[in-house]
Amino acid sequence: MANWVLRGLRTGIKTSPYPKRGDEAVGVSPGRPSAPLSRTNDAVAALVERCPTNAIIPHDGGVAIDHGRCVHCFRCQGDTAESGVPWESGYEWAAVPDAIARARAKLDRAFGRSLHLRFVDAGACGACVSEARQLNNPYYNLHRLGFFITPTPRNADILLIAGPISDAMGLPLRKAYEALPTPKRVVAIGTCAISGGVFGPSFACAGGAADLLPVDVVVPGCPPPPLAILHGLLTVVERKPPSPLISLPGQAGPT
Amino acid sequence: MNALKMTIPELANEVQPSTNIVDRCDARWKGQAAARLDRTGKTCRIECAGADLVALCEWLTDEEGYAFATLVVEESAKHTWLLTYVFYREATPPWVYVEITLDRHETSVPSLVGLAQGPSVDWHEREAEDLFGLSFEGHPRLGEFVLHEDWPDGVNPMRRNFDPRMRLERREAGPAWQPPTVVVAPGSFAMPVGPIFSDFAESAHFLLETVGEDVIHTIPRFFYKYRGVEKIAEGLPVDRVLLLAERFSGTAAFAHGLAFCQAVEAIDDVAVPARAGALRVLFAELERLRHHAATIAGICNSTALAIATSQAALIEEDLLRLTCEIARHRYLFGVVVPGGVTCDVTEAQCRRLETALADVADRLSNLHRMLRYSSSFLDRLEEVGFVSRGAAICYGIVGPVARASGIACDLRKLHPYAAYHSVDFAVPVERDGDGYARLRLFFHEAEQSASIVRRFVTALPEGAIRAEPVTHRAGAALAAVEAPSGAAFHWVRLREDGTVVRFRVTPPAFANWHAFHLAAENFAFQDFPIILASFGLSNAECDR
Repeated sequence: MANWVLRGLRTGIKTSPYPKRGDEAVGVSPGRPSAPLSRTNDAVAALVERCPTNAIIPHDGGVAIDHGRCVHCFRCQGDTAESGVPWESGYEWAAVPDAIARARAKLDRAFGRSLHLRFVDAGACGACVSEARQLNNPYYNLHRLGFFITPTPRNADILLIAGPISDAMGLPLRKAYEALPTPKRVVAIGTCAISGGVFGPSFACAGGAADLLPVDVVVPGCPPPPLAILHGLLTVVERKPPSPLISLPGQAGPT
Repeated sequence: MNALKMTIPELANEVQPSTNIVDRCDARWKGQAAARLDRTGKTCRIECAGADLVALCEWLTDEEGYAFATLVVEESAKHTWLLTYVFYREATPPWVYVEITLDRHETSVPSLVGLAQGPSVDWHEREAEDLFGLSFEGHPRLGEFVLHEDWPDGVNPMRRNFDPRMRLERREAGPAWQPPTVVVAPGSFAMPVGPIFSDFAESAHFLLETVGEDVIHTIPRFFYKYRGVEKIAEGLPVDRVLLLAERFSGTAAFAHGLAFCQAVEAIDDVAVPARAGALRVLFAELERLRHHAATIAGICNSTALAIATSQAALIEEDLLRLTCEIARHRYLFGVVVPGGVTCDVTEAQCRRLETALADVADRLSNLHRMLRYSSSFLDRLEEVGFVSRGAAICYGIVGPVARASGIACDLRKLHPYAAYHSVDFAVPVERDGDGYARLRLFFHEAEQSASIVRRFVTALPEGAIRAEPVTHRAGAALAAVEAPSGAAFHWVRLREDGTVVRFRVTPPAFANWHAFHLAAENFAFQDFPIILASFGLSNAECDR
């Protein structure tokens, strides 16, 4: 056993500087498309055509990006007007989807430093599950920020949902939500849980978690990297401001 | 379970006399079955009548040594059914398709579950019964498989006339509904686990039948994550279906994307440039390495060995970051396309891969050595979750789980694709079939993947990374890829305009989950998470 302790000590501290400072490490995030300022009408039409999930929307002589639909297929990626839209780095992607969620009573300060999560996989492909699981690894180490993972919804404050909500998971999900004591918050992670992604709505899936439950915070991405999910959790407790879900032309993206 | 007691044929490894399969088939099944080789000489098609199906398949598996790969059901526009039973082995020709055609109104097919290798066909028949409404005569248990008890009776979503956008009214299961149990003993009860359980487990349900201390029998229930990928793919263009192929199982995205692209390339007759083939091997091995590192982390975590879990998780995260640096995306989404790959690696990135993977291999072997000397850890894995070689053959288990039970089957060796013909590697095999054997195997394969990538980056061929786009052709093809957790078979049928008519995915998890209950018999409750972790399977991959 002593060998294990030594090995652990020798590994040193790996913890990400986020949220105190930005994490500059290479590969923590795949980035995402940003909305270019101006494009000709032909270029706009070509871009809209190139996006398989309708995440690129014509807007004011340029295009807006609906991150709730983007599945990171990279088909729009390019630096010039002819080749596509530029991709921005960063991971602070969590957004508050609507006014109803914004109008909810604030969480008591007591929740700010001790929040318990229950994760529910509602038909996720495994990538979102894997990224959420990474929050436990020494780099992201969720516990240092006062977030704890609990095996039962009855002890949880936050329901973390991934996947397009397959129909067979609809009932278990609703039961899990009802089992959470109030006040409770729902965080939907991944494009599937926001809009159904490439799967839904269909005969087997709903079109995202909001079809079944009130969703407070969404974290777009396919899958959202661990730091984006962390940003989502920090948004719930208002320790970080949310980002917009739709990037408009010329709008500076998150860092 | 009668099948288990029968003599088990030796599969795949023993080479048959070199007379042609077509001749042997003609000699044996004169007038009953018509066999012919296709133009590549790799596939033998045997057409037969439904009445001869069972005897013919028994001959193929028990005497010719073929293993069952997949069952493809197609409902043609002419309102006939075409059922293709795909078999494979290490010999020429590697593939045999047994085809039967049925009239539209004929929905009864003889079941193959009575054969020695029947268990490997079992789930395919249950799935076809649920989704197409075909009935398999002689199958002991049909119904309520992919579609759970709330699905309306008599609606088969894979039928042509079913609209995939339709949202159906689900009916509430009555209070009398009970999952079927097997154990009958005084004081026995069934403990349900799932579908929401553990910290970050994927959704699945396990009914653990017990009389108190030990679990006697496990009844798994899957398809909580059924997204109908095969159905929603129908009628979509190839580039749209590629998104589905990549995203139905995110942790094996590249392997499944590759299988889909290879099927499309076979139909369109596209030659992939040499550099693209080499890059495909590179990315596929990078994915396998990361997948195995994650599985090792999962096994360590299931035994609550905290520092080992952290060490393995660090390796996993480092590999995710490395993948993102080389290929833009942490899970290799959007990398493979029909005709090649979308991203190249620079000389500098090759050097980076070489040093980074040398470091990863070093840390893995270090971790492996330390685990081998942790007796409390080994106690939890040794003789836990045992799968015998015979059972593995009967159930058609694939991938690392099969190789840990002594079956040296690996599609990268058996039917090399991409640039695997130029890779020199030996398929690692373990014979013990327990949790520890599987852990050792995951370590060996991970280290091997790291070494394959390191050898490849020093000798990447020059040239294009993507073939010129061609117009699509009508046709059908099967592609087989060794995904991280085993053999994946993708069957694609295209129309001339490049839309997909039928997309049939047989993922490795589908075969291996079927055999999971064999490993989860007569064990202590606390071993359940360990047995689960040592299989290293994804539910998303199985459920589709």
